[in-house]
Amino acid sequence: MNAFYSLIFVFALVLIALFGVGAAHLSYFFGVILPLAAVIVFIVGIVLKVLGWGKSAVPFRIPTTGGQQQSLDWIKQNKWDNPSTASQTFIRMVFEVLFFRSLFRNTSVSLRNEDGVPVVAYSSAKWLWLFALMFHYSFLIIVLRHLRLFMDPVPFFVPVLDFMDGILQIGAPRLYMSDLLIVVGLSFLLLRRLVVPIFRYISNAADYFPLLLILGIALSGIYMRYFGKVDVIAIKELTMGLVTLSPKVPAGIDASFYVHIALVSTLLIYFPFSKLMHMGGVFLSPTRNMPNNTRIVHHENPWNPDVKPHSYEAYEDDFREHMIEAGLPVEKQA
Amino acid sequence: MQYGGKIVIGLVIFVGLLLLPTVYDLGAGSAGYKQPKLQMPAPPNDKNCVEDTEWMRKNHMQLLNDWRDWVVRDGKTVYVNSHGEEFEISLQNTCMKCHNDKEQFCDKCHETAEVTPYCWDCHLAPKGAK
Ligand code: HEC
Ligand code: HEC
Ligand code: HEC
Ligand code: HEM
Repeated sequence: MNAFYSLIFVFALVLIALFGVGAAHLSYFFGVILPLAAVIVFIVGIVLKVLGWGKSAVPFRIPTTGGQQQSLDWIKQNKWDNPSTASQTFIRMVFEVLFFRSLFRNTSVSLRNEDGVPVVAYSSAKWLWLFALMFHYSFLIIVLRHLRLFMDPVPFFVPVLDFMDGILQIGAPRLYMSDLLIVVGLSFLLLRRLVVPIFRYISNAADYFPLLLILGIALSGIYMRYFGKVDVIAIKELTMGLVTLSPKVPAGIDASFYVHIALVSTLLIYFPFSKLMHMGGVFLSPTRNMPNNTRIVHHENPWNPDVKPHSYEAYEDDFREHMIEAGLPVEKQA
Repeated sequence: MQYGGKIVIGLVIFVGLLLLPTVYDLGAGSAGYKQPKLQMPAPPNDKNCVEDTEWMRKNHMQLLNDWRDWVVRDGKTVYVNSHGEEFEISLQNTCMKCHNDKEQFCDKCHETAEVTPYCWDCHLAPKGAK
């Protein structure tokens, strides 16, 4: 049901854009106002969210570790899985962010019955890692290639990406590998939630919606390039107007472009309020970004109030009269 | 805020990257970007294209792809367009006869849209005005 509602919602967005531009002639709204508003929500939303996280309490070092910690000299430390210095932690973060290292160690548990004795077995489960990596890198490459629409003259790395991505030289316009891979990656992530009962049980609309939304974005882009055919040069005039803040809507832009950009705008607006914020969150995860040096560095709680020491002697000095009056024993008589 | 310095640096980098295209375009003087001016075929070739201009703008790569397959795979060498006119199917002898200034026509669009057709690895571009 959750998946179904999300699907209906994405379809509704597509229809709104189609009718908004086709029947109501709202191309200025969908081509200029909505995208600009979406970018503002995206930037401000993310900044506020991250600042909010920054204000919350930072705990005692709580890295989750996966190897031998720094110990005696002759015991080999596992530096990337149990870092004790800032630079080791940095490398651990690089592996985490670029290669999803912790996901690589994903395991699956199975429970078998061997002659009436339950046996628990753990095995490696790398599919999630593989397809997640596939999806994220395709997304990154596509977004970087899209910079051809937003920068003029087109910067040097776009032709390089374009060449590598289209190196199979299938058809004209050339088939991009990233287009195939993003759809394969997303489909796996979606099917995983739909097919495996355990994952379906814990999946909410907030899990299906981003997947379906991004799938919708990718499919509408693929439709534009390979099937529908759009006037890319006219679209570049629109997108250049957006980035240089001198917006205009040239003639000859197809409805499919407005569908694409309406879905992208929805994604940008949704982003700061959703689980997609793991993009910023991974950098602020205390279980990843802290060195495991609790036995080396004294931890002082950063929000402790400034309490002055007050010895018993001083205490007695302050209250000696009252204590004697009340009949309490004192160490030093008045 | 805990670790405020590092968090703010991270946010500044993030926002900076997002605003980079704007800064780049304004710096490169690309504000008020216009679609490139194309050198249209000179008479007597200025009548009309193989298909309608609007359609050609969006579909010429698809058409070329079909042309290539028809000639190389099917041995079909004549194209009949939607108005019933006949054209010899050839990149060099049809397209480039009329559009004889590749640099001021094809390349103008392709540079701004960052497309680098590899056709010219083998096919010859007209020698016209360099
Ligand atoms: C109105 C601008 C424009 C003109 C003029 C133009 N092109 Fe293109 N061409 C494009 C765009 C834009 C694309 C990329 C389309 C896309 O990315 O979906 C393209 C793509 C192509 C491709 C496919 C490239 C690939 O490998 O992906 C070929 C081949 C091509 N053009 C050939 C030509 C030739 C030959 C001419 C000159 C006779 C020409 N074009 C003139 C805009 C133009
Ligand atoms: C008979 C001469 C002729 C031939 C052959 C021809 N063209 Fe054209 N083409 C023209 C003319 C003339 C125009 C401009 C029509 C106009 O101004 O409306 C044009 C327009 C175009 C445009 C759109 C330019 C714009 O205004 O944005 C493209 C792209 C294009 N041609 C590509 C091709 C390709 C690719 C081929 C080969 C398959 C080809 N042409 C063959 C004469 C020709
Ligand atoms: C590896 C070299 C090579 C590349 C790259 C290449 N071609 Fe060709 N092309 C040929 C050869 C060889 C023929 C066959 C010529 C013949 O049979 O007369 C041909 C024939 C064609 C024909 C039909 C015949 C003619 O005279 O034009 C078209 C159209 C064509 N190619 C389009 C393209 C397009 C568009 C591209 C770029 C997307 C391209 N070709 C890239 C080698 C190449
Ligand atoms: C969330 C970010 C986005 C994703 C994942 C995405 C995805 C895609 C995909 C997969 C394609 C197919 C062709 C290709 O890979 O280049 C595409 C094409 C396209 N996208 Fe996007 N897109 C995004 C944002 C945008 C934005 C912000 C714009 C413009 C405002 C845009 C405009 C276009 C256009 C014009 C095409 C057609 C290009 C062509 O015909 O070659 N996209 N998109």
